[in-house]
Parts: sequence; C-alpha cells; structure tokens
Amino acid sequence: MSIFEYNGSAVVAMVGKNCFAIASDRRLGVQLQTIATDFQRIFKIHDKLFIALSGLATDAQTLYQRLVFRHKLYQLREERDMKPETFASLVSALLYEKRFGPYFCQPVIAGLGDGDKPFICTMDCLGAKELAKDFVVSGTASESLYGACEAMFKPDMEPEELFETISQALQSSVDRDCLSGWGGHVYVVTPTEVTERILKGRMD
Amino acid sequence: MSSSLDLPPKGEFSFDLCRRNAMLESKGLKAPTFLKTGTTIVGLVFQDGVILGADTRATEGPIVADKNCEKIHYMAPNIYCCGAGTAADTEAVTDMVSSQLQLHRYHTGRESRVVTALTLLKKHLFNYQGHVSAALVLGGVDITGPHLHTIYPHGSTDTLPFATMGSGSLAAMSVFESKYKESLSRDEGIQLVVEAISAGIFNDLGSGSNVDVCVITKGHKDYLRNHLLPNPRTYVNPKGFTFPKKTEVLSTKITPLKEVEVIEGDAMEIA
Repeated sequence: MSIFEYNGSAVVAMVGKNCFAIASDRRLGVQLQTIATDFQRIFKIHDKLFIALSGLATDAQTLYQRLVFRHKLYQLREERDMKPETFASLVSALLYEKRFGPYFCQPVIAGLGDGDKPFICTMDCLGAKELAKDFVVSGTASESLYGACEAMFKPDMEPEELFETISQALQSSVDRDCLSGWGGHVYVVTPTEVTERILKGRMD
Repeated sequence: MSSSLDLPPKGEFSFDLCRRNAMLESKGLKAPTFLKTGTTIVGLVFQDGVILGADTRATEGPIVADKNCEKIHYMAPNIYCCGAGTAADTEAVTDMVSSQLQLHRYHTGRESRVVTALTLLKKHLFNYQGHVSAALVLGGVDITGPHLHTIYPHGSTDTLPFATMGSGSLAAMSVFESKYKESLSRDEGIQLVVEAISAGIFNDLGSGSNVDVCVITKGHKDYLRNHLLPNPRTYVNPKGFTFPKKTEVLSTKITPLKEVEVIEGDAMEIA
C-alpha cells in the first residue's frame, strides 16, 4: 500500500466566474478502517485564500500549522494578507526543502488574487507547482476526479452552478474510491461572501 | 524549545523527516511517485542564434497531471533552459540558478554568459550525485555567440549544434539527424524544431499536448508559448452537463466578507 493510501483523501478545486470552489471528502481512515467521518481537510489561511491538503493526515496537519505560522509572520511584517501566487511559492519552497525526505502531502491552493481574479494550483509532494485555469484535483480518488471534472467542467460558471458541478464531480468520484467519501465539504468563495456546505453522501 | 523551529534554514535541503520516512517504508508503505515531465525537449543552433522547443505534458505515473505546463524556463534575458525529469527538481534548479545569475549580473555589470549558467547548473547537479533528477537543455546567445548545451542529472555536459532530451528524445533526434544542416534560417529552424517535438508528442507516451518554441537571437528573444496546438479537444458537448438530481446538502453556513475600509488619516504635522 502506498503512503498516500494510508489515510485516504479526495480534494478538488474549480474556477468559476469571479469565484472559486474547493471541496474535499470527510473520511479519516487507518488503511481500511474508518476512524472519523468529519475530518477537516480544507483550511482557511485568510478570508480569500484556502488550502486543502490530501495525503498523510499527520503531515497535512503539521504542514498546515507551519503555513499558518509563516502567514501570521508575513501579516505582521507586511501589514496585509498574502496573495495566492505568493502563498503558492511559499508552500512550494517549504515542500522542496524536504526534497529527500518529503512531507507526504499534496496541497491544493485556491484563492482570489488581485482584482478578485480566482487562482487555483496544486503541487506534488515535492512542491512542483501546477497552475491551472479550470480545475485541479488531488488525493486517492484523483484518477476518477480527473475524468469527472474533465467531463463536467464548463468555463465561467456562476457560484450556484459551480457548487453543483463540483459537488457532483466529487461525489461521483469518491463513490468509486474505497478510501475516501463519507460526505463532502464544499466552500464556494466569491468577492463578497464565503459559503460553506456539508454534503450528504454515501456512508460506505 | 528544540531547534525544530520553523525559521527557514538558509537555502539548504533539510533531512529531518528522512528517518521517519525510512521507518514508514520499512513498514511496507511505499513512497509516492513524483510529478515527472516525461517530455520531449530539443534545441538547435541556427544562423542567428538558438531555438529551443518543448512539449507541454506533465505526468504523475501513467496519468496526465497537467495538459499545458511550461517546460522552457527563464534563466536570463538572453538564456533559456528546457527541463526534463522530476518537475520539482527542474523548476527549483532553474529558479535557483536564474537568481544566482541575476546577482552575478549586478556584481559584474555585464550580460550573463551561457557557460556561467552551465557551470552553476553542473556544479549543483554533480554535488547531489544525480539525486536531483533534472535533465536540461540550455541555450542562449551572449557576447561570444550562440551556445547550446545539454546537462545530465549526474552533472555531465555536452556542447552540441542540436540536442534532444527526455523520454521522447529518440523520436526527436531521428528528425534532427535526417534534416539538420548548418546555417538554417529562422523559419526553417522553427519548422524543424516543431517537427521534432511533434515526433515526440505523437510517438512517445510521456510527451503530448502542445509545442512551445523559444527563439533567442543577439539582443532579442521570442517566447512562442503554445506555438502549435495539434491536440485540441474535439468532444465538447455543446449542451454541457445537466444534473437532474441535485446534491443533498446537510448544512449551509454563509459568511459575508468584510470590506476593508482604508481611512485616510490626517497628515502629520511637524511644527
């Protein structure tokens, strides 16, 4: 079994019209046993920047704590929030520092940049950035997620339609993956509000 | 407080998770695959300078992770570098040497030379004995003329009139070997590079999507991103996806974002 399959995860982020959505599953497992069905994988860095960490849960939590620490220092020095592109470079540098003994996490970063332009990117566990204009996926269900998003994605979707699309893509992909699922957690972020929804899914 | 505090060590690799990772592997948990750029990258010297070309597919095992990634990295205004191998390594090493070249330019007040970039890259790669898995095609035009080099992950280099690297290098090299000649014109050169990359895209499974080209001449460069798009998506459903059965939502929480108000204060008075 791969280290990434120890806990199981599924994360996806999509770009819409002046908004973005980021979604994850809620299962925390130890190989084939489920130990939590309300695990938090998506973390807020600041109002318009979210990061979701798939992979080994302990590394995800440790990496999140380090990132919050670095962002708070940045806020104190610069007296403003970090831009998503800058944050992505920070995450990439932190991961590449551990090139020969990496954190087993694949982050998905989503935020609203200058002029509230949506920004999404993902990285492998060494910090190789992959910027995309449409969607990014990560986790044990990533192969199904690639297929589902490729088929369901349309450019310039409004927040309601974006929510429906990302939820359907997430649910249909995790239903085909034993290691992720048990509901869904979706954040849809527009320049004026953040909508957080918990989805009802198959609990198997 | 232990020294595992998060203040960044100055630019070095940190090995503190290696023991834990080795323990996990001994327990049977296999290490993950990294993002690789399967790749076809090429370069050739033509009469006025150097032309570099690359495909745009990034793979993670057998899956295509990125259909349009950038493999031609900026090193200096007159030097560009194509990278194949582990994506994190090619990006990190080219970024690092690009910064070092900029500092060197400030120090010397002169345009960077291709051999400077070459030496900085090969020193770093040899230092890590091939574990930094970056195979590069470095090309540029400086005061001494046009130069094209290949750099292997273990640190060896070659200086060539035309070069290919990556999993698609054999397909691309076959095109170069049959059609290359000295003193090609700009258009002939671009045509040849596009043919070589296309050979890689269509015949090698690790390469795909589009062709990027970069033409560097004395005092000028042309970065032709997505110069050719031979693989458009032809199966787009004009009606799009409709979901008859809506997603069931258990709970919703809406947080309005506060508008940040910048209040202009009074100007300070120094009496």
